[in-house]
Amino acid sequence: MTKVAVLLAAPGLFEQAAFGNAIVLGVLALAAVAGFYCAKNEIWRQALGEVFRRRKLSVLVLGIYVLLALADSISWVGGGEAGADAVQAHEARSLVDRWFEGTTEKSYSAPLGVAEFYDKTPLQRPRAHLLGTNILGQDVLYMTVKGARVALLIGGLTSLIAIPLALFFGLVAGYFGGRIDDIVFFVMSTLASMPGILLLIALIMVLGQSTFSVCMALGVTSWVSFCRLARGETMKLRELDYVAAARALGASHAAILWRHILPNLLHLVVISFVLLFSSLVLAEATLSWLGIGVRGSWGNMIAQAKDELSRDPIIWWNVTAAGVAVFVLLLCVNRIGDALRDVLDPRTLGEGR
Amino acid sequence: MSAVLDVSKLMTSFPAGKKRVPVLADVTFSLAAGRCLALVGESGSGKSMTALSILRLVPRPGQIDAGSVTLSGRDLLTLPVPEMRSVRGREIAMIFQEPMTSLNPVVSVGEQVVEAIVLHEKVSKQAARERSVELFRRVGIPDPGARVHSFPHQLSGGLKQRVMIAMALALRPRVLLADEPTTALDVTVQAQILELLRELQAESETAILLITHDFGVVNQLADDIAVMYAGRIVESGSRTAILESPSHPYTRGLLAALPGRARAGERLQEIPGRMPAPADVPVGCPFAPRCPEAIADCGAWTARLTKLDKREVACLRREEAGGAS
Repeated sequence: MTKVAVLLAAPGLFEQAAFGNAIVLGVLALAAVAGFYCAKNEIWRQALGEVFRRRKLSVLVLGIYVLLALADSISWVGGGEAGADAVQAHEARSLVDRWFEGTTEKSYSAPLGVAEFYDKTPLQRPRAHLLGTNILGQDVLYMTVKGARVALLIGGLTSLIAIPLALFFGLVAGYFGGRIDDIVFFVMSTLASMPGILLLIALIMVLGQSTFSVCMALGVTSWVSFCRLARGETMKLRELDYVAAARALGASHAAILWRHILPNLLHLVVISFVLLFSSLVLAEATLSWLGIGVRGSWGNMIAQAKDELSRDPIIWWNVTAAGVAVFVLLLCVNRIGDALRDVLDPRTLGEGR
Repeated sequence: MSAVLDVSKLMTSFPAGKKRVPVLADVTFSLAAGRCLALVGESGSGKSMTALSILRLVPRPGQIDAGSVTLSGRDLLTLPVPEMRSVRGREIAMIFQEPMTSLNPVVSVGEQVVEAIVLHEKVSKQAARERSVELFRRVGIPDPGARVHSFPHQLSGGLKQRVMIAMALALRPRVLLADEPTTALDVTVQAQILELLRELQAESETAILLITHDFGVVNQLADDIAVMYAGRIVESGSRTAILESPSHPYTRGLLAALPGRARAGERLQEIPGRMPAPADVPVGCPFAPRCPEAIADCGAWTARLTKLDKREVACLRREEAGGAS
């Protein structure tokens, strides 16, 4: 009862916890739907099986990132250690937060160090910080693991905003052509002609600085290139014989778009998702460096390195951990995307392998 | 014998600059249940455009300017769009020339037939699936129960064309438009497909409009023939009448050019010149510049079909001869 009362009394905290858990549920539901669809559809089953065969390591590493991000999204209030302060006791903390409970030191310490980096006082937990601690004494491994959630959230949520938007306008413009195409193309050209970073900064200023507004801003600025691709591909598909055949069978425009054009664009969607995803993670790092990114992201850790790298002796572990985390994630995503592109290319689709 | 499909004075045109160039001019024919009419002509003579005009699927910016297409008493050209959509596939179905590209590559062929069925009939997917297996059996696809799960790339050209036919026949349409159904297939498969079409026609009383430039195909399937030249029908009549005693100079030229009629070692006959593009069709009889029998008056004569014993011909010379005798 007290727990419920606390949750109701602190709507902000409740929302925070609910948001994270909703994401977990959403991701799991999406994965289930996608898995079910792929298992039913022979082409996708073959393609994904082939990607897994070719890129076992990348898929595995990406899986670890996803698991860490999910672990950091499952959160609830209470159950903290004895001695935690009052604020902490009422905060929703995730699984990852709980794993690294009470690891905070006073300030910098080197990886596996036994003492504070500057004043040489002994650490509370010597040799326990695999990647050292940062300026606030937080475990760098902990921050790096937490960054995975932010990166995947930025990449995933933004793609979920940008790709449906781009796909819808691309399909409509490409299929119907004429005046609709003119309007969509005008909007695309206008957006494409504005300097991306300036537009991003302006949008974030207007929307306010939160994870969601950063995703919105990135989504608005990044849908154009895929929209153009989808439009061009639709224009090509529209002229194909099976579309003509479907019309001769009495299919409506909506049915043709949904059943005949969209499924033939799906390989493009998957590939664009992968490419967009990695560019978005990088874009967020840029925004963090400019100070308008998302809290707790790898970009933030890299931004801190502005000062740390100019010290003597330099603090290298913070930026290195974040850099390696970004690099490995993007490398895996790109390698998987590369394999997907090979496998899903319509020209090689269905050929005996 | 009452006509299922009546096409009358159909005019379709495309814009060229400020003018509109007709690609079909006064196309008139009728098709009775259980009969097969072959539209014969060179590439660009307007055969396929006739079929697309009947379905009101003329690609933009082309449009139908005048005429009527009457299907069992209803004028299709004035029908509202949703009703026209329910005519397509359900009452008039079409088979395309290229079975290779006329099937959606990412959907199994069975599903595509199912889709055609549920588009027009309120039946459960399960019932539609059973019907598609039955259809596959009817069009002679071996092992239909397994084949419905195949994707187009796993089937041969002949099988794909059978799937297209199954799809077209799924709703027992009254009229089947077959646009060069065998052109992309090799000869033995061609014969099988024609045999299949003939059987299905005998079973279901479907009227077939066969579009082709192949007289061999015409000979195997057609009851009647209409010869098209430059967007006009220049001669029409029963198969025997046209093939055995062609009347229009163009039809005669076409038949004389058949390799089967030439003697060994002799050069094949040809019609001099080439068919004019729609924008360059001359005034008067469109065939006059290439016609071996043309006289000066042909250039000023408005081509029209006139009855001449068992056929209709659009030729001034025949009209004069017919009138004189």
